[in-house]
Amino acid sequence: MPFKRYVEVGRVALVNYGKEYGRIVVIVDVIDQNRALVDAPDMVRGQINFKRLSLTDIKVDIPRVPKKKTLIQAMEAADVKNKWENSSWGRKLIVQKRRAALNDFDRFKVMVAKIKRGRAIREELAKLKKENAA
Amino acid sequence: MAPSKPRSKSRNPLLIPGIGKFSRSKMYHKRGIWAIKAKHGGTFPRHDPKPAAPEPASKKPPKFYPADDVKTPVPNRRKPKPAKLRASITPGTVLILLAGRFMGKRVVFLKQLPSGLLLITGPFTVNGVPLRRVNQSYVIATSTKIDISGVNVDKFDDKCFAKDKKKRYKKSESSFFETDKQEKKLSQEKKDDQKAVDTPLIKAIEAVEYLRGYLGTKFTLRSGVKPHELQF
Repeated sequence: MPFKRYVEVGRVALVNYGKEYGRIVVIVDVIDQNRALVDAPDMVRGQINFKRLSLTDIKVDIPRVPKKKTLIQAMEAADVKNKWENSSWGRKLIVQKRRAALNDFDRFKVMVAKIKRGRAIREELAKLKKENAA
Repeated sequence: MAPSKPRSKSRNPLLIPGIGKFSRSKMYHKRGIWAIKAKHGGTFPRHDPKPAAPEPASKKPPKFYPADDVKTPVPNRRKPKPAKLRASITPGTVLILLAGRFMGKRVVFLKQLPSGLLLITGPFTVNGVPLRRVNQSYVIATSTKIDISGVNVDKFDDKCFAKDKKKRYKKSESSFFETDKQEKKLSQEKKDDQKAVDTPLIKAIEAVEYLRGYLGTKFTLRSGVKPHELQF
């Protein structure tokens, strides 16, 4: 099976280990076999090991090592933020964050909502079964 | 002579703790003892000793002299302070009880009593927890707060929760076998107090959706739920 997501200048990646855990970054240059120079609009540009990156499908059109302003413009043009938040991976992460920040009261409300939903589904199913049996 | 303020600093500066700069004779001169003596005709003024209280006439010699000299213990002057209230616990906070008869119940915090314990209530009609005292250490504070401005808790103190003294009856064979259980009845006063505290509270609770059900439910852990990762 061929690779689809390549390490290249402009590849958008997710940091999956370390101080910048969870941050979306753009690969701005490749340093050597193991490390890349990485940048994001609200971050100081720095090096990171490839093992700490998870590549995404998103690519940005930038020259090698662009100025910060160019990078931000290019990210706006490629609409990285919206593409990421609408992708299933991005949506999953947002839901995880939301669940982790739930209050004890919020968790109770979620439990009640789940029970109500399950009940509505079972009622509907029972109705359909009855119609089918008849 | 006008009363003078007592001197705040010693006239003998310390070179090293325990060693002053000036000798005894120098200090005698600095303090002006010679001048005070001269003013009072050669001797330092002194009061006559107060007449000692007369010894009680019948002082019996003690019955028992201990063989060894026993050291008298130093009197303990420590007064324990009430426990410092956690910043997350404010009046109206919903607490989760972690131990005791009402383990797992979600309960409303009213105030901290002078002993350091927390005064809480269910409210009673919501989850069966009456006005009760609870230790701060056996409680998780959630971030849910209820408005308790309508509740007056000034009259409650540690003395309200003191146990009634059981009357000790004489040890006799008949009373040993008698299982005369004294009925522990709740006084009407306590029931009225509970109602007085709970009615404004319940009004505040009904104002928030799902809050009454929340307070009526117990806190439980399920598979996969890690308390150290939970936000309360």
